[in-house]
Amino acid sequence: MTGGEAEFRTITGHRGLDHEEPLIFEQGAVGRSGVDFPPAPEVTERLGGVGRTRPIGLPGLSEPQVMRHFVRLSRKNYAIDSGMYPLGSCTMKHNPRLNEKMAALPGFADIHPLQPESTVQGALAVMEKLAGWLCTLAGMPSVALSPKAGAHGELCGMMAIRKAHEARGNPRSRVLVPESAHGTNPATAALCGYRVDTITAAADGRVDLAALREKMGPDVAAIMLTNPNTCGLFERDIVEIARMIHEAGAYFYCDGANFNAIVGKIRPGDLGIDAMHINLHKTFSTPHGGGGPGSGPVVFSAALAPFAPYPAVVCRDGRYCLVEGPESAGASADSFGRMVAFHGQMGMFVRALAYMMSHGGDGLRQVAEDAVLAANYLLASLKDVMTASFDGPCMHECLFDDRFLKDCGVDTLDFAKAMIDEGFHPMTMYFPLVVHGAMLFEPTESESRESLDELIAALRGLVAAARAGGSEHFSGAPRLTPRRRLDETRAARHPVLRWQAAEGD
Amino acid sequence: MRYLPLTRADRQAMLSVIGVDHVDALFCDVPRQGWPQGPLDLPDHASEMAVEAALSAFAEGNLNAAQAPFFLGAGAYRHHLPATVSHLIQRSEFLTSYTPYQPEISQGTLQYLFEFQTQVAMITGMEVANASMYDGSTACSEAVLMARRITRRQKAILSGGLHPHYAAVVRTMTAFTDDEIVVAPAVVEGGEELAGLIDRETSCVVVQNPDFFGNPRDLTGLAEAAHAAGALLIVVVTEAVSLGALESPGSMGADIVVGEGQSIGNPMNFGGPYLGLFATRQRFLRQMPGRLCGETVDSQGRRGYVLTLSTREQHIRREKATSNICTNSGLCALAFTIHLALLGEEGFRALATLNHRRAVQLAERLAAVPGVAVLNPAFFNEFTVRLPAPAGPIVEVLAGREILAGVPLSRLYPGQAEFDNLLLVCASEMTGDDDIADLAEALEEIVK
Repeated sequence: MTGGEAEFRTITGHRGLDHEEPLIFEQGAVGRSGVDFPPAPEVTERLGGVGRTRPIGLPGLSEPQVMRHFVRLSRKNYAIDSGMYPLGSCTMKHNPRLNEKMAALPGFADIHPLQPESTVQGALAVMEKLAGWLCTLAGMPSVALSPKAGAHGELCGMMAIRKAHEARGNPRSRVLVPESAHGTNPATAALCGYRVDTITAAADGRVDLAALREKMGPDVAAIMLTNPNTCGLFERDIVEIARMIHEAGAYFYCDGANFNAIVGKIRPGDLGIDAMHINLHKTFSTPHGGGGPGSGPVVFSAALAPFAPYPAVVCRDGRYCLVEGPESAGASADSFGRMVAFHGQMGMFVRALAYMMSHGGDGLRQVAEDAVLAANYLLASLKDVMTASFDGPCMHECLFDDRFLKDCGVDTLDFAKAMIDEGFHPMTMYFPLVVHGAMLFEPTESESRESLDELIAALRGLVAAARAGGSEHFSGAPRLTPRRRLDETRAARHPVLRWQAAEGD
Repeated sequence: MRYLPLTRADRQAMLSVIGVDHVDALFCDVPRQGWPQGPLDLPDHASEMAVEAALSAFAEGNLNAAQAPFFLGAGAYRHHLPATVSHLIQRSEFLTSYTPYQPEISQGTLQYLFEFQTQVAMITGMEVANASMYDGSTACSEAVLMARRITRRQKAILSGGLHPHYAAVVRTMTAFTDDEIVVAPAVVEGGEELAGLIDRETSCVVVQNPDFFGNPRDLTGLAEAAHAAGALLIVVVTEAVSLGALESPGSMGADIVVGEGQSIGNPMNFGGPYLGLFATRQRFLRQMPGRLCGETVDSQGRRGYVLTLSTREQHIRREKATSNICTNSGLCALAFTIHLALLGEEGFRALATLNHRRAVQLAERLAAVPGVAVLNPAFFNEFTVRLPAPAGPIVEVLAGREILAGVPLSRLYPGQAEFDNLLLVCASEMTGDDDIADLAEALEEIVK
């Protein structure tokens, strides 16, 4: 399997459809631009003596050059539109283009956040409608829409919790976080001035109730628990956990990254949680865009609702209004304040609402069921050849560890890279940290049975190849990609984070 | 349901492979308390036609900027978006990919992030930039936290000319950490003096350029004063296009430059998604928040790019990370990169010049309206005017005539009477002679 196409060399360095593409800075020329402007009017400038005197160094490119550059770059990316992307905890589902079309309407895209409220009633109505859907799906009375992403939502929830404790005279000092949590959870707790105390997992991959009981105390401010958790398992003791937390006067923060497993079917509010962020860019299909933008609204229980941030949309006498600060009519005096300029990710609100309305309550419930069904189908179809970390059933993602690769000379990274050559984006690797060499698969509801079967067949074939002593096949992978394995150590030891003109340029 | 590929037969076959009769058996770990009694109070699924009609009706409930003479700025700007930008960011390979965790199949994203970082460093006059933050306001609060880590001091001085939302976000983000935030009084006409507030406890001075009221400033002296006291100068830029016409913050001595990148490549979107810019000096690299893309080579020796220095980040350092940020503004950064690539040196400076000169024309015309005074001696593309009556109601009246006249400062300084008559107005390359005439004539009628 080694060699072959990978060693074939062309004169140009291009490889058919896969072009080598220099940086824009290596293509520019003085006197070229991709934009024409009308002549600027002749007036006396009023820049106050700080007009720019130095050149910037930006390259000049024409429109066709820019178009070709970015089209060529795009072809070096894997994407959900081109193949299966079973990246655990990331919910890479289909991104409907209707959402894009709606968000691009001038009535949403070409309006300013500080226009008079009378001129943006449609936008405020969208926010209010989205808030209604989120509250109904979560079974909770209140939502803050402004957080910009999941981690920003965590911050929103934890700041509300801190503010609620302060209102009772004691912020408390400790936040409990399971060891399987996303890194954003402890980082968020630390930003709110809390000490992070880790709770170990039980043998069944869930929170160890005995360990939790031991950690409880009057200084505990909150627990931050992902449910379903990052092992793809539902925390079956969640009601008891909520009871213990509340009995200690603490709050229950739920990381809603995995809401896709239960959307439309189970309501977190019924299980005793006080705050939860919802990633619109996961459960509600807004595109990940190569790393963002996201959107992370936070639903709140009645106990925490008064502490939510500004702004909020309210409806009075049929008119929508923004509560922008403590001076606004109807503002809660207990709010922890503002966490971002303006009102949140409107472009994502429109997309998410288009998705919700398309599915309806019935379709969203089907989303959760199909997502869970697909993950369990993978688990059932692979557990005889790969080592499942925990007994099933799982929720919307299934976790394997690297025991099945023992003595093969192949590790999780190698296995993932070999998947790339087979045409798949790999699963999440080495996360969660609670099992060795983790492989977390989240197929989502967007995959047909045929594509799930294709993945299963590919994985079974790779397992067989690894067992047959093909470690070289894996250690050299990927071979069919625009780049082979990249030297990450070198990148970190000698950071080159920008292009620099060569001497004499 | 058009987005769901599994048929009833598929589901049945998959359940039998799993070995259960009903999908609810897979939810067996959910406590009884979690099961709703009946269906949720939500409508059923709807056709693409129906959803499109419903959402279009909401969109039509807004007065958009193309429908009216438009003069709003204050941290969100309306510029022309080349069709190339809108087309390219909709390409599936950019739109529907995840964070580039597998670099061999993400070189497209990684290379444009490297180009983005270079562009941001160039226009701010700094040495390094990260791969984006959520927006300008959150980038600003991250810069304050970074200055605290570097200086090990906990007092930040905020200029009175910092966008009020940005100042509010800094206060929120430091409310629980014993930091002292000193906010200088606003000086609408420019000429604010901050150096006298700096002392040996000061971690940073945060100053916006041009300031919120539109005044461009020479920050060289302030940088020297900050450095002499061991403090950092953080420069905030909310209108990135201004960097084409004004001396860069880096050349004036900034240690950290944060900005709102929306105005290059991104529509106003009613406030989001936007694009946080974050640039600094090489020596502060390891205290930076957010993702960084770096150059390296692959196993064949070919140049390539990876995410790097992730030992600063939450997924590795957890509670000791420099920030909790994970998802950033990747696609907005792509739009910025494409737009700035199209503009190039010449186009970017021409765009900035055109913005400034349109604003000068607007200022000259408004100054000729009886009772209206332009307060700034200098500005880039926005400035503050004093009206003879409260600006809020006047803006409402003008909105009724389909003129979006600007931002009344009472919206951002509620309850502070000295701002009541002030209006922040902005011009750009999109502002036509007719727009300027419409606003001036309407004001002449209303305020006489």
